[in-house]
Amino acid sequence: MKPHKTRAGGIKDAQREAAQFRRRALLGFILIALCLAALAARFWNLQIARHAEFAARSDNNRISVRSIPPTRGLIYDRNGVLLAENVAAFRLEVVPEQVKDMAAMLAALAHVVALSDDDIERFDALRKSKRAFDSIPLRLKLSEDEIARFSTQRWRFPGVDVVPYLTRAYPRGTDFAHVVGYVGRIDAADAANLDADEYAGTTQIGKTGIERRYENRLHGTPGYEQVEVNVDKRVIGKPISRVAPTPGKNLYLTVDARLQHAAMEALAGRPGAVVAIDPRDGEVLALASAPSFDPNLFVNGIGRADYAALTSNPDKPLLDRAIAGGFTPGSTVKPYLGLGGLELGLRRPQDTVLSTGEFFIPGQTRGYRDDVRGGQGLVNLRQAIARSVNTYFYSLALDMGIDRFSAWMGNFGFGQPTGIDLPGEASGVLPSRAWKRAKMNQAFYPGETVIAGIGQGYWVITPIQLANALATLADGGVRHVPHLLRATQDGLNAPRAPVPRAGAARNFIRDPANWDAVRQGMIDVVNGGGTAQGLGDGFPYVIAGKTGTAERYSRTGEEWQNIMSAPISRHEVLFEAFTPADAPRIAVVVALKEGHSGAYDAAPIARHILDEWLKDDDTGSRSP
Amino acid sequence: MNPLLRLRAWLRHSLREPRLDLPLLAALVVLALVGLVTLYSASDLDQHLLVNQALRFGLGGVLLLLLSRVPPNVLRNWTPWLYLGSLALLVAVALHGQGRGANRWLDLGVVRFQPSELVKLTLPMMIAWYLHVRELPPRWLMLGAVAMLILAPALLIASQPDLGTALLVIASGVFAVFLAGLAWWRIFTLLGAAAAAAPLLWHFMHEYQRDRWRTLLDPESDPLGNGWHIIQSEIAVGSGGLAGKGWHHGTQSRLEFLPEHTTDFVFAVFAEEWGLIGVVALLALYLFIVGRGLVIAANARDTYSRLLAGAISMAFFVYVMVNGGMITGLLPVVGVPLPLISYGGTSAVSLLAGFGVLMSIHAHRKFMSG
Repeated sequence: MKPHKTRAGGIKDAQREAAQFRRRALLGFILIALCLAALAARFWNLQIARHAEFAARSDNNRISVRSIPPTRGLIYDRNGVLLAENVAAFRLEVVPEQVKDMAAMLAALAHVVALSDDDIERFDALRKSKRAFDSIPLRLKLSEDEIARFSTQRWRFPGVDVVPYLTRAYPRGTDFAHVVGYVGRIDAADAANLDADEYAGTTQIGKTGIERRYENRLHGTPGYEQVEVNVDKRVIGKPISRVAPTPGKNLYLTVDARLQHAAMEALAGRPGAVVAIDPRDGEVLALASAPSFDPNLFVNGIGRADYAALTSNPDKPLLDRAIAGGFTPGSTVKPYLGLGGLELGLRRPQDTVLSTGEFFIPGQTRGYRDDVRGGQGLVNLRQAIARSVNTYFYSLALDMGIDRFSAWMGNFGFGQPTGIDLPGEASGVLPSRAWKRAKMNQAFYPGETVIAGIGQGYWVITPIQLANALATLADGGVRHVPHLLRATQDGLNAPRAPVPRAGAARNFIRDPANWDAVRQGMIDVVNGGGTAQGLGDGFPYVIAGKTGTAERYSRTGEEWQNIMSAPISRHEVLFEAFTPADAPRIAVVVALKEGHSGAYDAAPIARHILDEWLKDDDTGSRSP
Repeated sequence: MNPLLRLRAWLRHSLREPRLDLPLLAALVVLALVGLVTLYSASDLDQHLLVNQALRFGLGGVLLLLLSRVPPNVLRNWTPWLYLGSLALLVAVALHGQGRGANRWLDLGVVRFQPSELVKLTLPMMIAWYLHVRELPPRWLMLGAVAMLILAPALLIASQPDLGTALLVIASGVFAVFLAGLAWWRIFTLLGAAAAAAPLLWHFMHEYQRDRWRTLLDPESDPLGNGWHIIQSEIAVGSGGLAGKGWHHGTQSRLEFLPEHTTDFVFAVFAEEWGLIGVVALLALYLFIVGRGLVIAANARDTYSRLLAGAISMAFFVYVMVNGGMITGLLPVVGVPLPLISYGGTSAVSLLAGFGVLMSIHAHRKFMSG
């Protein structure tokens, strides 16, 4: 090639330029190779030297651990009748983090599904105790219409999802509202006391009854699964790993659904309670409180109107009268007091007292009345129980004195919770010097001791207490803790594991002959011309019982005058009975808030229960 | 002869007997295939996107074949007009351009066209044209003229704003001057001046551009905002490890933690799925293409061809370096695609057109009758 002139007039040397270019191109190539090597070094740094760190962060990005809530244990009666079950339902959940404007979203959503103020209040309260990326239930138990409507408009509501879940149902409804209780939505107060990990994904928790008492056994242990999520936290594909939840234990109760139903039926909504206990071991066969309510209303959040109707009802359907209803025991305490007279050596069975219609404390002028005007003449213990003669027990209580009285009656469990496995049991009042001192800061007067002898005055018992006392008497002085849980079960086909019993208390009756004397009196109540004569007609076993008719109001008070026109409201009426009298297998207590008399109102209910019990007893299907 | 018939005959000839550099062509085909495979995974098996990209490769391929048939001296004669034409288009964009966030597009009714891509070719052509008749190595006066030639389009592009393309355009001009044998003392003087002017540059930057620098220095200061891209990209790359997670097993892209995973950040997907082994192989492929381009340049017949081929080859490296630096957190986030792998039509077509020019220069190399 030959040099040629450039525009600037200089000489272009093509060969030199080409050589210069080759040097620069080689140098450029080397520089580029070095740069790419540096880039590769940076990749080495990220991909090899810091690989573990980034691999962990990548997994952190994509893997999310979700709890799988356990299936709640089922509840059965003693014969395997289902009392509480799980049914499939759908709920609406919200992840607050994914909602831009919560108020606007809720307002728009309210046009698609029904949202009550309660729902929104609960949701707001829960939001405060949860993390922003937690899914929080907003509405439970969507109707099919609501699910369909929401599905078509889901795109409008990012962060809101329909989630299937198992909800609770109580097929026996009102019969077991107080025994089984109900579950309800976990509210902010519950959430504060719960182990958040144990309850992640669970929306309902036992609020009352067995559901609450055995929450820890019913709930089970949640499982968890690792799922792959995308940047919006949506789950993609199948779970990576999964640890299955352990379902809660199934519970078998001591109650008999048929007996319970009979009790509810017999009460027929009259405010009162029925308790039936097997005196041999303290198993509660029936525990009925009336009026009752439908526990299913509470499971997914009760409406305001329904709740107001329950709380404003003067008959207090939400009150479990069987364990928390206070009754004046009246004459039902007489057998226990009579036994005390014999055991403490104050009376012999054949000792008599003259009933004149009125009893006077020596040196005092105020009289304490007998039920029968003019009195019932000379009566011994057996007659005094059979005919419920007040004078006998006035005199006995006075002779015993309040201290020995309260100590003796305390043996039967009066004045203290029985320890039944239900929340909310009341303790009642056993009149005593200590109680009155603590309560009123006053001395105990002899007149108060006298009326305590016939179950009046300061006395307050709960039906379960009286039933427990009766069972203790029936079992010859051995007190068992009344209980409802009979057995647990780990799965549908697993064997039932009996619940170990609390040990029975020592027998406190020294002389069985004393017990027998009292028992004879109680047999006479039903069969020997006593206050409930005729109640045992046609019953194959001998029934022993005792009536109680307690005055609700002082005869001098205004209320007494006012209720004269409605005599049914005058008394709290009770009846206690056990059978067979020689080897008792069932002890029943019936307590009604209002009635004519124990024999007239309460005793027939008890007989109805016993008849129902007999059906099972005869067929032998009821396990001992 | 009928002009249409002549065109047909010429087309047929071009396609039947391409005088192409086979090693370079093979490397480009391999790269395009790697690109398609990577994109198919990165788009979560989006066939529509795959077909689109393949069609663009097809278009770019046709352009490559056509340009390979245009002799360099024809290109050289047209160079000033092409340069001025592309400048005019940039001005038109500045006046009537469209685009989301930035005015880069010119709507020609039928197609939308990005004139800045055209400049990536016409600028090095213009520099080579300017230098080829002058005595080399260049002196200050010539450098001043070259600087004007570079800055005119670069400023227009930077004001769109499209910093990435401006950077590539400037790089192609600078490489031409470097290859022309600019004296070392002049190079270092210029570098020193540039370093001194850096604070001034900072002053003229948009706030979002400054944020990108700040984020580069400390991405964790704003992990959900400006730092998100860098952090997620580093996680993708780092979690790939030595051998990668495997094709379509890159969770960072599939689960959409990695933004822009088919375009600017597709390299991170590749790194996540193929690991360091894949990355080194890909970088080696790029290095081979650059090297082969420089060999073609060194064997070119005249100064114009040499400078043009060299500038195109070295500018190709800038794409890889800027994109690779970005996804590994070495450089700030600048929208520069990974050549022939990132999804996007114009860059693929203009890159392949550039290789068409290289092929033509190869075809008309030394010792061959033109």
